[in-house]
Amino acid sequence: MANIIDDATIEYVGILAKLELTDEEKEQAKKDMGSMLDYIDKLGELDTTGVEPMSHVFPVQNVFREDVVTNGDAREQILANAPEEKDGMFVVPQTFPG
Amino acid sequence: MKIADYTAVELSEQIKQGRVTVKEALDAVFEQIDCTEEAIHCYVTIDRERAYRQAQEVQKKIDAGELTGPLAGVPFAIKDNLCTEGMLTTCSSKILENFVPTYSAEAVKRLEAAGAVVIGKTNMDEFAMGSTTETSYFGITRNPRNTEHVPGGSSGGSAAAVAAGECFAALGSDTGGSIRQPASYCGVVGMKPTYGTVSRYGLIAYGSSLDQIGPLTKDVRDCAAILEVIAGEDKKDSTSMKREDTNFTEALVDDVKGMRIGIPRDYFGEGLDPEVKQAVLAAAKVLEERGALVEEFDLSLVEYAIPTYYTIAAAEASSNLERFDGVKYGYRAPVDDLHPMYKKTRSEGFGAEVKRRIMLGSFVLSSGYYDAYYLKALRVKALIKKAFDEAFAKYDVILGPVAPTTAPRLGESLADPIKMYLGDIYTISVNLAGLPGISIPCGTDSKGLPIGLQLIGDCFREKNLIRAAFTAEKALQEERR
Amino acid sequence: MAKEYETVIGLEVHVELATKTKIFCGCSTQFGGAPNSHTCPVCTGMPGSLPVLNKQVVEYAVAVGLAANCKITQYCKFDRKNYFYPDNPQNYQISQLYLPICRDGYVEIETTDESGEACSKKIGIHEIHMEEDAGKLIHDDWEGCALVDYNRSGVPLIEIVSEPDMRSADEVIAYLEKLRLLIQYLGASDCKLQEGSMRADVNLSVRERGAREFGTRTEMKNLNSFRSIARAIEGERQRQIDLLESGEAVIQETRRWDDARETSYAMRSKEDAQDYRYFPDPDLVPVYIDDAWIERIRNSQPEFREAKRKRYREEYDIPDYDIEIITGSKHMADIFEATIACGAAPKKVSNWLMVETLRLLKEREEDPEDIAFSPEHLAKLIRLTEEKVINSTVAKEVFEEMFRADIDPEEYVTEKGLKMVSDDGALRSVVEEVIAANPQSVEDYRNGKEKAIGFLVGQTMKAMKGKADPGTVNALLKELL
Repeated sequence: MANIIDDATIEYVGILAKLELTDEEKEQAKKDMGSMLDYIDKLGELDTTGVEPMSHVFPVQNVFREDVVTNGDAREQILANAPEEKDGMFVVPQTFPG
Repeated sequence: MKIADYTAVELSEQIKQGRVTVKEALDAVFEQIDCTEEAIHCYVTIDRERAYRQAQEVQKKIDAGELTGPLAGVPFAIKDNLCTEGMLTTCSSKILENFVPTYSAEAVKRLEAAGAVVIGKTNMDEFAMGSTTETSYFGITRNPRNTEHVPGGSSGGSAAAVAAGECFAALGSDTGGSIRQPASYCGVVGMKPTYGTVSRYGLIAYGSSLDQIGPLTKDVRDCAAILEVIAGEDKKDSTSMKREDTNFTEALVDDVKGMRIGIPRDYFGEGLDPEVKQAVLAAAKVLEERGALVEEFDLSLVEYAIPTYYTIAAAEASSNLERFDGVKYGYRAPVDDLHPMYKKTRSEGFGAEVKRRIMLGSFVLSSGYYDAYYLKALRVKALIKKAFDEAFAKYDVILGPVAPTTAPRLGESLADPIKMYLGDIYTISVNLAGLPGISIPCGTDSKGLPIGLQLIGDCFREKNLIRAAFTAEKALQEERR
Repeated sequence: MAKEYETVIGLEVHVELATKTKIFCGCSTQFGGAPNSHTCPVCTGMPGSLPVLNKQVVEYAVAVGLAANCKITQYCKFDRKNYFYPDNPQNYQISQLYLPICRDGYVEIETTDESGEACSKKIGIHEIHMEEDAGKLIHDDWEGCALVDYNRSGVPLIEIVSEPDMRSADEVIAYLEKLRLLIQYLGASDCKLQEGSMRADVNLSVRERGAREFGTRTEMKNLNSFRSIARAIEGERQRQIDLLESGEAVIQETRRWDDARETSYAMRSKEDAQDYRYFPDPDLVPVYIDDAWIERIRNSQPEFREAKRKRYREEYDIPDYDIEIITGSKHMADIFEATIACGAAPKKVSNWLMVETLRLLKEREEDPEDIAFSPEHLAKLIRLTEEKVINSTVAKEVFEEMFRADIDPEEYVTEKGLKMVSDDGALRSVVEEVIAANPQSVEDYRNGKEKAIGFLVGQTMKAMKGKADPGTVNALLKELL
């Protein structure tokens, strides 16, 4: 395997992705990600010099809305699925420094 | 003829002529569900009450002559990643186990406006990540043709429901083959339209630049009729396209004389099951006999499509799935510190395959790797698109298999992710290039499992596909007789 | 000998644009309203929702860019900035990193050179980009939780990033004042620091005078007034110098200014990796601003301060000092011009603005932008005094009321019976009473004490409850004595 994913990388990606893996999952993730990256490295075989990265497949531009209010008060619908609600707001735990 | 045997368009015709009521159509579907659902498990949610209520209204409008279209009164199943107002929408994930949207996806709205009756939400691979419908939090779906085999995925529930007669037609979504491949495995018709043809509003995103909604149906006519209803520009989706030529049913013509069909040699190499190869080439022969100009060519870059796809899809997914955090909706782990709450919620809420792709996607976008992985993939995507452009300068339609094999046995695929990913090799580049693709049944293998024929069209040329598919469907039916 | 240090400062200024709706949805941007009452699936990150760009945001961003001498990026795109925080409902912010809408501009400020001479200096603008604002997090320390209100989520912002061209707090304030004025003149924002419609993050480093390399910089957030900006700059400069003097290194970090304690602290967290994984947002299409569009915006730019100053000097006979103050606020200049357009004399209008208006603003700790009375009402008030319907004391009283509640002075004067008593007979009898009641003053006056008449005028005005013209009273007294 050309790509060796170490513990620090898995830890770091876990912080970015907000995922906490068990030790077992971590080992699996190291293996999976390593082999996926090996596989992706195949793209290196292709010379893409001068090729523009294509994020949109069609050259569509300038799709706009006019600046007109179209939405009314929908707070009930917005809060309908809230795991926890108080005073018309979503409740979340505090961040503790650490 | 039993009600359950009608196609969607036939059923609607019967209803409009007063020979069948919408309620009777529903009764027939629920009867079938009672019969087979336990064994196959197509659905995450079935809402009979809502369906019968809707049926009443639709019947009234049909009787009043307000609903005259080809889908009026037809019971539909909707993949569970399409939002349905007031009906549980889970993406087959624990993290959305209790999410009831207050809005419907635009495609669902258009179907309902045309008189379709939604009966439930179909099972899928969690967040559409998978090819077998085995990664669902709510349990696997089985292939109605052989319950020891997978139905394919990710729209496995929709394909199985159509195949089992548990609905007359269904909507699915296709990011890398998720409509075409299960359609192929289950022996039904499935189509992924040109990117931007159907509004993505209300489709819970996996890979936003690749996702398209499309129909899974009993035949090509149903497929065209549904696409005609759901296609069209939507002001709520910036990537949806204004198109004039969405009268797809006009393309239901049994004639391919002079149509140029290209067969990419690269699609028939190593890894392709000989039985699949034979059936697909036989179908090509049938089209040739009916006047199509068929020839082989080299498409190139086929082996680069999968790594390109997994880089782009995983990157977009890692960002698209960030919103599932336990704050606004869905599952929340009971932890009273913010970041640990995020982590626990997401670690418990997402399944292994979803986590695998989120991790990969976060990594390829992270500082120091973005250029080497993500931008590189976007560049290769441009090359793949160019290869198709060149092919479509010569051909109206590209013909090939949908998948290298027929439906694998349950449990076989998940063990080796890369091998599973390789199964998408013929479908994936269609999404990368934004093209339309259709899968129609073209026979069965020695085990009796269905084989799918894939037709790929140039952007915005669904009509070519529909015409070729319609002709092939008719011809293959004749051959069988 | 102690080392001499130079401070190097760059600013990131966020400005909320004055659009009616949010950047990606049709929700109102109005302040106030019950929590979450200005929200929809898009600005709360509901599954399946999609953004559509508000055209006015592009117009404003280009207008600001042109006013700040920027190059417009004619082909620009939106990127996702990924980070988890509850005020950010999708857990990514739609912003611009790779192709921001404006680049390479400058504004000129007045400052002093090293010898203390007044001079002007160009502050470079690195870029301006468009992005969405976050929601509001209300901390409930009692319950140990936080409450999220998404009313501000999705309000359009531009972020103006300067080059590290400033060397003192004075220059920073001058730069901010300049930006604020430009943007207010454009009507692109009201730029109120206290209300958060203009916010500044300060990037600061120190280096030995004469050094060529920049020192390590820190970024200071949470600065919501010019005063706190000045204090934070001084505090951070000193903190960095102290570190260097004691042989320690400055760490590149984000710090939060605590204005009450006049100190800053580092916002460090393991969970905050500061790796935002930017990538182009697949849900939004690129924006192409052609030459014609740029020209149209350029041609509709308003008269800026310099031009206004010049015109006022030519057109109106008012002091330069007044011109400075009035043109120092677009809103005040607008009121000034509109009042004149209603027929009032420029000199009179200027007087009301310079004396009473500034006094009341100061008293209420408000900005000129907060002036709420209408020009028509000020014009009426001026006419009432000119026509001697009310005297100047009453006028001040009426003005205060107008300033507070924008009342119509004509109606108010009538309702409250504040018109001067012009009936000679009524006034004469009051004057006679005053003469009779104050024999001592009458005696003094007759003995040549001219000043004594002042007391009698005062007594008469008091008896008239102010509703008399002091000049008329004076004349009448002289006549009767």
